[in-house]
Amino acid sequence: MKNIIEFLKKNIVPIMFIIICSICVPISGFSVTYMINEVMTRLTRNAFLILSLLIPIMAGMGLNFGMTLGAMAGEIAIVLVSDWQIWGIPAIVLACIFSIPISILLGLFCGKMLNMAKSREMVTSYIISFFMNGIYMLLMLYAMGPIIPIKHTSIKLPRGYGIRNTVSMLNNRQCIDNALAFSVGGVKIPVLTLLIIAAMCLFIIWFRKTKLGQDMRAVGQDMEVARSAGIDVEKTRIIAMVISTVMAGFGMVLYVQNLSSFSTYSSHSNVGMFAIAALLVGGASVDKASIGNVFLGVILFHTLFIVAPTVGTKITGDSMVGEYFRVFISYAVITIALIMYEIKKRQQKSNAGKLLAEAQNKEEQ
Amino acid sequence: MANNNAPLLEMKNIQKSFYGNQVLNDINITLNEGDVLGLCGENGAGKTTLMKILFGMEEIAETGGYGGEICFNGEKVDFKSPFDALNAGIGMVHQEFSLIPGFTATENILLNREPLKRNVISEVFGDRLNTLNYNEMTGRAENAIEKMGFKIDPKMVIADMPVGHKQFTEIARELSKENLRLLILDEPTAVLTESEADALLQSIKSMSERGVAVIFVTHRLEEIMTVCNKVVVMRDGLVVMDTRAEDTDVKKITKAMVGRDVESVDNKSVGTDETAETIMSIKNLWVDMPGETVRNVSLDVKKGEILGIGGLAGQGKLGVPNGIMGLYEAGGTVVFKGNEIPLNSPRKCLDSNIAFVSEDRRGVGLLLDETLEWNIAFPAMQIQNKFLKKLFGGLIKWRDEKAIKEVTDKYIDELQIKCTSSKQKAKELSGGNQQKICLAKSFALEPEFLFASEPTRGIDVGAKSLVLEALRKLNKEKGVTVVVISSELEELRGVCDRIAIVSGGEVAGILPASKSSEEFGQLMVSKVI
Ligand SMILES: Nc1ncnc2c1ncn2[C@@H]1O[C@H](COP(=O)(O)OP(=O)(O)OP(=O)(O)O)[C@@H](O)[C@H]1O
Ligand SMILES: [Mg+2]
Repeated sequence: MKNIIEFLKKNIVPIMFIIICSICVPISGFSVTYMINEVMTRLTRNAFLILSLLIPIMAGMGLNFGMTLGAMAGEIAIVLVSDWQIWGIPAIVLACIFSIPISILLGLFCGKMLNMAKSREMVTSYIISFFMNGIYMLLMLYAMGPIIPIKHTSIKLPRGYGIRNTVSMLNNRQCIDNALAFSVGGVKIPVLTLLIIAAMCLFIIWFRKTKLGQDMRAVGQDMEVARSAGIDVEKTRIIAMVISTVMAGFGMVLYVQNLSSFSTYSSHSNVGMFAIAALLVGGASVDKASIGNVFLGVILFHTLFIVAPTVGTKITGDSMVGEYFRVFISYAVITIALIMYEIKKRQQKSNAGKLLAEAQNKEEQ
Repeated sequence: MANNNAPLLEMKNIQKSFYGNQVLNDINITLNEGDVLGLCGENGAGKTTLMKILFGMEEIAETGGYGGEICFNGEKVDFKSPFDALNAGIGMVHQEFSLIPGFTATENILLNREPLKRNVISEVFGDRLNTLNYNEMTGRAENAIEKMGFKIDPKMVIADMPVGHKQFTEIARELSKENLRLLILDEPTAVLTESEADALLQSIKSMSERGVAVIFVTHRLEEIMTVCNKVVVMRDGLVVMDTRAEDTDVKKITKAMVGRDVESVDNKSVGTDETAETIMSIKNLWVDMPGETVRNVSLDVKKGEILGIGGLAGQGKLGVPNGIMGLYEAGGTVVFKGNEIPLNSPRKCLDSNIAFVSEDRRGVGLLLDETLEWNIAFPAMQIQNKFLKKLFGGLIKWRDEKAIKEVTDKYIDELQIKCTSSKQKAKELSGGNQQKICLAKSFALEPEFLFASEPTRGIDVGAKSLVLEALRKLNKEKGVTVVVISSELEELRGVCDRIAIVSGGEVAGILPASKSSEEFGQLMVSKVI
């Protein structure tokens, strides 16, 4: 009995979401096939991005709000590749390759900054993502065209320079999702994307067993001890950031390839926020996250996303409520998760005390 | 391999000064393979400094380097960092633990020296992407633990370990280094239980049988007599005695250390006044202090007495003051002078004029970067508005520098704190002298009630009686009720009126200090869990 309560307490966030989902899904009235199809789409669209968050957590750097930097790198690469009129899988591969140097640069920058702000990584990475967003906009609005040549008018703003609000990748639409895809009972299985995600998971599992992975875990738990054992703490942390940023870049390319268009000036921020929210919904915390958390999180969080507008409309008669609900949920989840993390830390401390008091009472009886 | 006839280690004419303060004068030490050298000396004699020089600690170079010559293995060496020393085959176990809490013993033992397996990816991206060889890791860790001779669980996570096992994990880490020739242990037994300390001595013996030389710094002289074959005694930066262990004994060592005979503290206690009012009444106290759990302690402290709390390590005696002072989660009731004091709020305790000397001086004791004056006077100023001059009826206050200096100098004198001036920084003092500062700090508070937890930890034989005398003086002259917590029964019997023995997290019994050691011994083991 006690174990059950323990289990419930530990997994309170996912359990809450399972309950909310199991209420909302029936209300929405969507068919099972539709739901599975939608969840599958969103799973393949987002999983890679969320996986990119795992390594910084392992290195003790918390939730990497700086993953938006990687997403920006991905977007820049896509814009360029689209402008060069390259299509299909080669375009995706090229965009990935092209995003790497940008991601590495951004990751280095972010890692260096975070090394200066140890133990305040999350706030710092959040602020960095804002700052970088400004530079990114500058680049997209003014540098694209005059400095970096952009030819294609479908991408350029009508005024002659800068990038349009939405960049369409219709020609590349789901080229990876469709490769090797088949459908079972009306549910499309995008085999290649799933394989890529599986490969990524294997990479992370393997990475944990490498020397670098072990060093990151050591650094994540106690920097001073790691340093005195001869581990280069700063470098290790920077590498963690770089890996995460590069992965987020790839993730963004996959994401856009699935959506077939993206809004130039806001997707990356949303993507970052939703990825972090989903990971937290999956039961991860600031200092501990597993691959299981990623998938559970994606499924729960996006199930709610899918049904929220309809349920909102059904209950209040206003579709905007559902839309509002989505964004609200994401922020709320992040906030709650951060607060719960603190509370849990404190509870763990006082729990042992409670046990002692109980033991005392028992003895007296 | 260098000259085989040369001794393993030769330190010649080692000199060291900190900003003009000469702390080591012409130290010469020679050590052969398998030697166990007992290094002892008064607080501030320079033992730790000497070891830091040998181990190439950066602190030494940062403060101006050292003079003299070190030959290791027949070659002249000059270590720029501990890593150079490690490579040469010197290991050191520091007083503070440097272990990763969430790693297992195995992972910690091989931290950053994990055996690796190459793979395709690491061929391209570099060695850090080699994977760990877990089988080999387990093998090596088990090997090191076996060498050590004290069984610890290689799969146990550090955070779940009792203090002693952490110390052993560190020792195993040094032993796992294949090329280890010399191991430095700086006061390793201070945190160990008696049986653990015995096991440590045992493993020092087995190391020496394998040809590893050991330098063993300790204030417990009997330990030196049990394991060492060489003894070096330092005083004021000089070697005053360097002999083989069989030619000396504890008494001679003590004499060499302090330059005079030290008589054991004799108790001048007049016994507790049973009719005195109860100043603090503790009921059903529990404290969740890792490794020192208190389960159910009820205890009355009489006004004006010196009460001792003794017991084996790990049985909860340290938890009692730490819980009452709010440093660890606690429950139960504590009534002080008729008012219940809320647990889990340190400030409330201080406000009600209760002071605490912590056994963990590194954690909560001192402001290491501040001067001695500041360390000693600050709490009194903060809490009691002492040492402040008032102007315009208290509207403007400023620090009374003169009074601060006076009180600091008084305690420097009384406790014989070894320092250059009252303006020296706390971190520049030797371990034992830092401990004295902690005591002075709470004396300056002139509290009504004082908890002194392990007040003589790390303090040399000569200065112990000084510290105890100071406690007694505080008790007699200022009427302070004192509770001394110590693992050394003899020390408690020397200074206390009554002694409560804590066993298994409960009070097993309270006896007057005059009762025999056997009676105390029986109480100590009566409820052990
Ligand atoms: N960083 C420093 N700056 C200035 N003086 C220092 C510094 N470190 C140590 N000292 C001084 O050197 C002397 C020797 O200190 P050391 O720590 O070697 O003593 P010790 O023999 O280890 O004493 P203990 O038994 O108390 O640990 C002390 O007087 C101390 O004040
Ligand atoms: Mg010392």
